[in-house]
Amino acid sequence: MTDLTVSQKSLGAEVAVRSAPYFPRKKKAITGRSIAVLVFLSICALFFCVPLYVVITTSFKTMEQIREGAMFALPNVWTLEAWDHAWNSACSGTRCEGLKVGFWNSVYILIPSLILSIGLSIVTGYALALWNVKWAGPFLFVLFICAFVPFQIIMFPLISMTAAMKVYGSIWGVAIIHAILAMPVLTLIFRNYYKDIPQEIMSAAVMDSGSFWKIFFEIILPMSGNILIVVLILQITSIWNDYLIGVTFGGLGGQPMTVNLANLITISTGTVRYNDNMAAALLTAIPPLVIYFFVGKLFVQGITAGAIKG
Amino acid sequence: MPRVSFEHITKTYGLMKVLDDLNLSIDDGDFLVLLGPSGCGKTTLLNLLAGLLDVTDGRIMIGDRDVTDLDPKDRGLAMVFQSYALYPTKTVHGNLKFGLSASKLPREEIEKRIAWAAKLLQIEPLLNRKPGQLSGGQRQRVAIGRALVKNVGVFLFDEPLSNLDAKLRTEMRLEIKKLHDQLKSTVVYVTHDQIEAMTMATKIAVMNAGVIQQFGTPDEIYERPANLFVAGFIGSPAMNLRKAKLSTATGKIEAVFASGVRLDVSDYPFAQTPAEGAEVIIGLRPEHFTLAANGPVAASFDVPVQYAERTGPDASAYFRFEDDLLALRVEPDTAARLTPGEAVSVSYLKGKANLFDARTGQRM
Ligand SMILES: Nc1ncnc2c1ncn2[C@@H]1O[C@H](COP(=O)(O)OP(=O)(O)OP(=O)(O)O)[C@@H](O)[C@H]1O
Ligand SMILES: [Mg+2]
Repeated sequence: MTDLTVSQKSLGAEVAVRSAPYFPRKKKAITGRSIAVLVFLSICALFFCVPLYVVITTSFKTMEQIREGAMFALPNVWTLEAWDHAWNSACSGTRCEGLKVGFWNSVYILIPSLILSIGLSIVTGYALALWNVKWAGPFLFVLFICAFVPFQIIMFPLISMTAAMKVYGSIWGVAIIHAILAMPVLTLIFRNYYKDIPQEIMSAAVMDSGSFWKIFFEIILPMSGNILIVVLILQITSIWNDYLIGVTFGGLGGQPMTVNLANLITISTGTVRYNDNMAAALLTAIPPLVIYFFVGKLFVQGITAGAIKG
Repeated sequence: MPRVSFEHITKTYGLMKVLDDLNLSIDDGDFLVLLGPSGCGKTTLLNLLAGLLDVTDGRIMIGDRDVTDLDPKDRGLAMVFQSYALYPTKTVHGNLKFGLSASKLPREEIEKRIAWAAKLLQIEPLLNRKPGQLSGGQRQRVAIGRALVKNVGVFLFDEPLSNLDAKLRTEMRLEIKKLHDQLKSTVVYVTHDQIEAMTMATKIAVMNAGVIQQFGTPDEIYERPANLFVAGFIGSPAMNLRKAKLSTATGKIEAVFASGVRLDVSDYPFAQTPAEGAEVIIGLRPEHFTLAANGPVAASFDVPVQYAERTGPDASAYFRFEDDLLALRVEPDTAARLTPGEAVSVSYLKGKANLFDARTGQRM
């Protein structure tokens, strides 16, 4: 955050300088330092780009070409065969239904856990920030502690709890666990966002209506666009990319896409079908990427906007 | 329409007592201004009445209803906030409408009231705009409109004009006053601007440090300040307050300053005959001085000019008097003629002096 504001400020300063009477500046010589930075950045870029290149090209190759072993070569024939196979009929263990099972599982996990976690935490955050709640301070402290409890520590109790609730080993089990684990952080996020709403707006609303829910839906929720986008993206990516919760609570029927993918790749018999594996990996990674592409800008806006003006 | 009264109100924040055993009662149709320096508890008192804060002790009555424990929406009040507090995501129309959301009125009635308030405040063309698209004065009007539609007997204003520029402030001041005359409602208005207080109020309560110093009409407050705080707080330039001793030696009652200047206060309505040599603080309004000593005066003396300044239609001159400055209101062209250092004869009008007991600070 601080870095961001600093760079914004210096940017502003630069604009101001530019609009002032123009004094030509000496061109900066290329120094050793800038070369070093460039080299470092290029290496970093390569570090990410080379594997990505291999993954993408391999996913379009045929198995014959892969067997030739030229990892960096472009596909001789571009084919979607591997993608089709990975999506529809790749085998994990004995089942050969491809990744689409996992994809739909992930979607069915995502939607209820999004609704549950955001729904509960937005209202809790609103109550904690804007209404007089008894024990709000201690409660916030507990939430804060909860946000830092590692999942592994409470894994076994959670398993027996979900088992008792008869949701263990199903999509619902995974969804509920996601929602519960996200609650503390999300509540803190919403609460801090709502703390910035001017006190007088809340006073006015209390005098005008006085109804907790009416004020929430008519006044507060419409002001929450920014933070909702941020939280949505955070939640979608973390739920989609999760593996541990899915593999622990999903059982056989409720495995999300990541678990599905891992099984595809690890439990394979015979030759390793690299092109299928790469296509499957890409398929799994696409949904969060799409989200980033479409609402990434809003995400940054939401994070930097923060306070709501009255 | 109701009468509002505070009975033995105490309010503490943690260990800090902000209001202590405060009593105040506001008559039906009064325009009460709560006036006082920053931090004296004006907003606190208003919020207690609105129900936005809970009283620590005491009782608040509106009409013959005890509202001390009622929810804000049930108290039959409307409030206009300093920052306007408009709902940013709602249009002007939506803002006014939400003001009625607790009232469960039929839709036609709601629309009728919104139309009425919009017409009265001339915000009809703005009804479909969002608060972000309005100027400060327009926002202020909308905020007042949101209070008006509720059609309640008591309106609360918390420094509603302090965010406006001077010209707009004067305009809105008149407008609020006009509204009050039209609607005949009871108004409690918080400000620390004494011009607002003097021009709008029918009653003023001057507060300091959580205590009501004086409660009365603007004239009473100005002409007969009850104690030194009120005397010093109201008026600009402030009243000149000087130590003096009373002397009855010459047959008249006179206030004798340290420098020997004697000021005749025989016609002062003393509550009881003052003792010879009693220590007093004498308060002299800048505008009760005159440079042309004709007619009956209480005292005339020569003092050297320090400087003069012009404030629009008025001018103030400052004279050096007993190691301190004495402020006088003078005509602008007179002020222009005064040269620093020059000794001028000034006179104080008869019957205009204010006397305070030097020990208690109370009016004598
Ligand atoms: N929530 C609070 N907690 C603790 N002290 C408070 C709180 N609100 C106000 N105070 C204190 O109570 C006193 C009165 O505050 P109040 O807001 O009523 O002043 P005011 O007369 O409205 O001042 P101003 O003209 O600056 O608005 C102040 O000393 C203030 O510091
Ligand atoms: Mg205040």
